Amino acid sequence: MIRSHVLICGGTGCTSSGSAKLIDAMEQELTSKGLQDEIKIVKTGCFGLCALGPVMIVYPEGTFYSRVSVDDIPEIVEEHLLKGRIVERLVYNEAADTETHATSLNETAFYKKQRRVALRNCGVINPEVIDEYIAVDGYQALGKCLTELSREDVISILEKSGLRGRGGAGFPTFRKWMFAMGGEGQKYVVCNADEGDPGAFMDRSVLEGDPHAVLEAMAIAGYVIGANQGYIYVRAEYPIAVKRLQIAITQAREYGLLGKDIFGTGFDFDIDIRLGAGAFVCGEETALLTSIEGHRGEPRVRPPFPAVKGLFGRPTIINNVETYANIPQIILKGADWFASMGTEKSKGTKVFALGGKINNTGLVEIPMGTPLREVIYEIGGSIPGGKKFKAAQTGGPSGGCIPASLIDTPVDYDSLIAIGSMMGSGGLIVMDEDNCMVDIAKFFLEFTVDESCGKCTPCREGTRRMLEILTKITEGRGEDGDIEKLEELAKTIKATALCGLGQTAPNPVLSTLRYFRDEYEAHIYEKRCPAGQCKNLLRYTIIPEKCKGCSACARQCPADAISGEIKSPFVIDQSKCIKCGACMDTCKFGAIEKK
Amino acid sequence: MKSLAELAAIRDKMKDKVILREGVNNTRVVVGMATCGISAGARPVLNAFVEEVNKENLNETVTVTQTGCIGICQYEPVVEVFEPGKEKVTYVKMTADKAKRVVAEHLKKGNVVTEYTIGNVQ
Repeated sequence: MIRSHVLICGGTGCTSSGSAKLIDAMEQELTSKGLQDEIKIVKTGCFGLCALGPVMIVYPEGTFYSRVSVDDIPEIVEEHLLKGRIVERLVYNEAADTETHATSLNETAFYKKQRRVALRNCGVINPEVIDEYIAVDGYQALGKCLTELSREDVISILEKSGLRGRGGAGFPTFRKWMFAMGGEGQKYVVCNADEGDPGAFMDRSVLEGDPHAVLEAMAIAGYVIGANQGYIYVRAEYPIAVKRLQIAITQAREYGLLGKDIFGTGFDFDIDIRLGAGAFVCGEETALLTSIEGHRGEPRVRPPFPAVKGLFGRPTIINNVETYANIPQIILKGADWFASMGTEKSKGTKVFALGGKINNTGLVEIPMGTPLREVIYEIGGSIPGGKKFKAAQTGGPSGGCIPASLIDTPVDYDSLIAIGSMMGSGGLIVMDEDNCMVDIAKFFLEFTVDESCGKCTPCREGTRRMLEILTKITEGRGEDGDIEKLEELAKTIKATALCGLGQTAPNPVLSTLRYFRDEYEAHIYEKRCPAGQCKNLLRYTIIPEKCKGCSACARQCPADAISGEIKSPFVIDQSKCIKCGACMDTCKFGAIEKK
Repeated sequence: MKSLAELAAIRDKMKDKVILREGVNNTRVVVGMATCGISAGARPVLNAFVEEVNKENLNETVTVTQTGCIGICQYEPVVEVFEPGKEKVTYVKMTADKAKRVVAEHLKKGNVVTEYTIGNVQ
């Protein structure tokens, strides 16, 4: 009889920090202690605290261990699993100042403010065992739709729930489905799992941790619009997600939850996987459909929208992974339950991938409308090294930044649009005082220039010209009129690019210009980078009064740019300096200054 | 899968196996499993509790777990039962058979088995 479950994260983050080895070591240790029939090891999806991986939770206590290594396994087995003594030194302790630290993950500030709907099974069930999904009411929603609800009933539940697309644009889901209901003949249900924003991994985690939720929702969509075929378009760079999806589809087919005559209702539905090669533009819905059809992934003109003329010219609905993951819960718990979370116009929760200058890098799911301050300082555990929060970037290369002055903005679709950013698919990159905003804008623009498919001129040529100007500015060659040129190009690209990728590409520039224009001006007119990031505008100098003449910096310098007499102040030859900062890191006396 | 009943059957069968992870149970049975407890025979006691709780279908409301040394080594194996809103009950010198009785009388019917409690032994 099993008395304890050890949940070990098998998501991409923890797998790369070594969780697979932990599972092997744990199995061996349990067997050698004769506990293999009492303790069960469960490989789950992502818990969210990727920065602390590999992570493990021991139930029934709910003890959360972080940064576990193979060497810790014998101690965990001997102390905790055998003797019931929690191994305190491995327990996640979020703030050093709290005396009574939480041993259960649910009591930590990281989790307390979260509301898990799309992620509810991630880190709870074994995603490779369909029975575990069924145990937590899996496929009940599909059963309910097929046997109790009409197609119109489902639409009206979705309408009342207020669910909007989680991929970025926030289009009401019920409306998209309604458009595809009319008409006869072949239709398709597509899942957009081509997650491409730098730093975003919400969809990957859902697919890795709870793949059946997506399959179930797609089948529900098939029932509503009258489609019998679904496609999941997922990038090949997500091998664990792809493997778990394949396992999930196979198991669902074996159980008859996909295939012919589901639940004896005469409804047929099946799903296939299509792998993307990693082009960012394929996350754009029309380009994605073109790619499934076997052509080069290029967007096409909308209208006609996919709901009217989509995959192979047939009516198609295409939703994001996270949108689908919410749907079975809405059907089971009701529209009112879902609508009770969030704000007036943004219902439910949103998953964010926290990244950048923040302590708890990882995955969080919060009710819509949670102020950014709470996300950063409470859930995110604030900025490392006591640095000051400068801005957060949402929406990746299509979004914009939220400056420190607007930190109390509620995170929902409309509030973010109002301040010139956007919800996006859920990447949230935090920046501190050391980040140069011109450099950030340049980083995102480099990404879009790389990923532009080249079909339309504004995006192909326009973004490249913008990048050239930004590069000039960060290299100290900026001149009067550059800002105006950037703004004009941005306006033109937004108005004329063919698809969403191009239309939103100038956003990072526009929003940093809106809130950090002074930084652009400092670069151009004063040839100075206020954050000290832009190498060409930097000067490392030795303060003679502080220099002891120890020669440590000179020995460290890879360019031989530092010279001097022992015991008298050294100097840096600016023409040789490559601005690597090695001298500054080496100096024990704080004698090197960066300006 | 030809009917909802089939799905429900799988769910019911599996529910017991994942309920452990919810951690919201009301009553906690804590078995002392330090070195003293184990050498006094706490392992069979723990196993008996886990088995009986499952057999009696109490696993939605009762969690069986272990703890370290409580400090009364001479009375091991020690088992404590925590129920919300009630004074904890400490059973001492437990055996697998005594465990069965505690499950049947205390956990199921709510009658503390006074003769096994610490007050009775002292």
